[in-house]
Amino acid sequence: MALLRRSETVIAGILLLAMVLIGTINPAFWQLDNLFSLMRSNVIIGIMAMGVLLVLISGGIDVSFPAFAVAAMYLTIKGMLALGYNGVVLPLLAATLMGLAFGAVNGFFVYKFRMIPLIVTLGTSAMVRGFLLGVVGTSMININKMPTALIDFGRTDVVSVTKADGTTYGLTAMVLIYLGLALAMHLVLRYTMIGRSAYALGGDPEAARRAGFDLRKTIFFIYCVAGALAGFAGLLHSGMIWLANPRDFVGLELDVIAAVVLGGASIFGGRGSVLGTMLGVFMLVMVKNSLIIMRVDTTWQLVVVGLIVIAATALSAWRDRRRAA
Amino acid sequence: MKAQMNIRSLVNRDNNIVQLLVMTVLIFAVMTALSPDKFLRYYNFESITYIFPELGLLSIAMMIAMLTGGIDLSVVGVANLSGILAGVLFHKMAGAAGIADTGLLTVLLGGVIALGTGLVAGTVNGLLITRLGITPILATLGTGQVFTGLAIVLTGGPAIVGFPTAWAFLGNGKILGLATPFVLFAVIAALIAFVLSRTALGINLMLIGTNPKAALFAGLKRERMVLYSYMLTGVLASVAGIILSGRTNAAKSDYGTSYLLQAVLIAVLGGTNPAGGRGTVLGITIAVAALMLLSSGFQILRFSNHLIDFIWGAFLLLVIAINAYKNRTR
Repeated sequence: MALLRRSETVIAGILLLAMVLIGTINPAFWQLDNLFSLMRSNVIIGIMAMGVLLVLISGGIDVSFPAFAVAAMYLTIKGMLALGYNGVVLPLLAATLMGLAFGAVNGFFVYKFRMIPLIVTLGTSAMVRGFLLGVVGTSMININKMPTALIDFGRTDVVSVTKADGTTYGLTAMVLIYLGLALAMHLVLRYTMIGRSAYALGGDPEAARRAGFDLRKTIFFIYCVAGALAGFAGLLHSGMIWLANPRDFVGLELDVIAAVVLGGASIFGGRGSVLGTMLGVFMLVMVKNSLIIMRVDTTWQLVVVGLIVIAATALSAWRDRRRAA
Repeated sequence: MKAQMNIRSLVNRDNNIVQLLVMTVLIFAVMTALSPDKFLRYYNFESITYIFPELGLLSIAMMIAMLTGGIDLSVVGVANLSGILAGVLFHKMAGAAGIADTGLLTVLLGGVIALGTGLVAGTVNGLLITRLGITPILATLGTGQVFTGLAIVLTGGPAIVGFPTAWAFLGNGKILGLATPFVLFAVIAALIAFVLSRTALGINLMLIGTNPKAALFAGLKRERMVLYSYMLTGVLASVAGIILSGRTNAAKSDYGTSYLLQAVLIAVLGGTNPAGGRGTVLGITIAVAALMLLSSGFQILRFSNHLIDFIWGAFLLLVIAINAYKNRTR
């Protein structure tokens, strides 16, 4: 009974229902290559969603992570080309650290000046994107210039299947990275003091402070982790699509926020889980992909995502107010 | 003696206004010093009076949403959708004479549709926030996406080009030698200033923003007032959309995307407290003027648009820091 009342169960139920519905409309949905490509589309949004989940749990919001992701990605690859370096681990580390540094700026402004996170992140987002496009450059780095090690890394598969006509398709190994990061985030949120302090901050900042949590540490941790995850995901993304585009990720913040809210995180802070978020990410990616399978015009995508955000937030608000009453 | 007192009280009460004025003069002086021959031309200031009103109206809209501690991230979407819906109507109604010569009645109908779009959009926002209890950030983030999405669905992507002459007059024309949009802005700004400072709605909004709980206990109709404020915000956004489509003679789903950041920046710079309770039309107007001077100066100095975006972002963070510093010393 307790299991039934958890929001993850409800989300999983809705997800299954939606899958059956889409599968009935177009059986191509259940083909293995479609499922593999669905999971592949989960990776980048999912990793970013882990950061946004943390921010939402703490009662904040972050719209700057797409800008951080694209800046970390483009700067790292530019640096690799300039140095003639070809590798995977160091660049990923560099991108992560860059994201972390950007995130620290968010944390600084949110903590030090007690400013609404939305306005702070709007500002940092514009700064980072403006700097990237205005100073660093606007030209795409194509596959012929991309570092080969990153491409090879990005095309690694866990399993690969050969179709009857000789073409092969596989499940990208990046899914494992996503799962690993999600597990780590789950453990941090559940079992570490810093994770619990994020919940406490989102539940009631004043109470959290009086209970002895060091809110400065918590806020910096939250925004640094969100930035670091975004930086990491940014570089991983360019490895997966074999391209570094400094105009990438525009408008992605809404997709990710939608996914996290869809996954049961409270819009008022204090509630949210990794499992729910993963389900939310899957649902969002599936709906967006299935619009194409169901032959809905792609121009409707924005409307659908917007409606999902409204519906999910309305549900979250209704649930949390009922709980409070 | 008495006059002196008045000036002093004015300075004290509107400390922020004085600072804004000083900043504007400073920007003006610096830009003049940097490129006197180009910056000081009449043409430069005239073109500012045409671009100024769109951003000014969006910023006032943002300020009104912030009065109750909210925010409206859908203003740009509403503005574009209003312009596009009117454009679609004109293209449907265009007779053999062509769009430019559309009758005045049709143009009026287009205006009603555009303003109606803003009113409906604002009502939707207001109801989501007051009735369903969604936080303003997420509610307007979602609806903004829906409005922009509808704009894409209606146009299929490309811009709707070609508006009636009478419509273009609103964005391009002149009344008594002044830019029509500027005159429109002045009238609307005065009206909003009156509503905010002299009517029950405005005073209620200030009180609700200052202390929501006290306002509730004092028996203010919080939900209704907040709903009205978002309706007003939506209508202002649609007026901005009318002026934008009239000025450019086109409407597109992704026009003015950088206006969102600028509107937030101007609202905060103009002395609005994003947590609610404080904000004036005068502050916003001076802040818009300051930013417009700055922006035209940068354009004369050949800064790229991306770089200007960078500067806006940096400016916003700077203003946040300064405001926090000022509040601490008080």
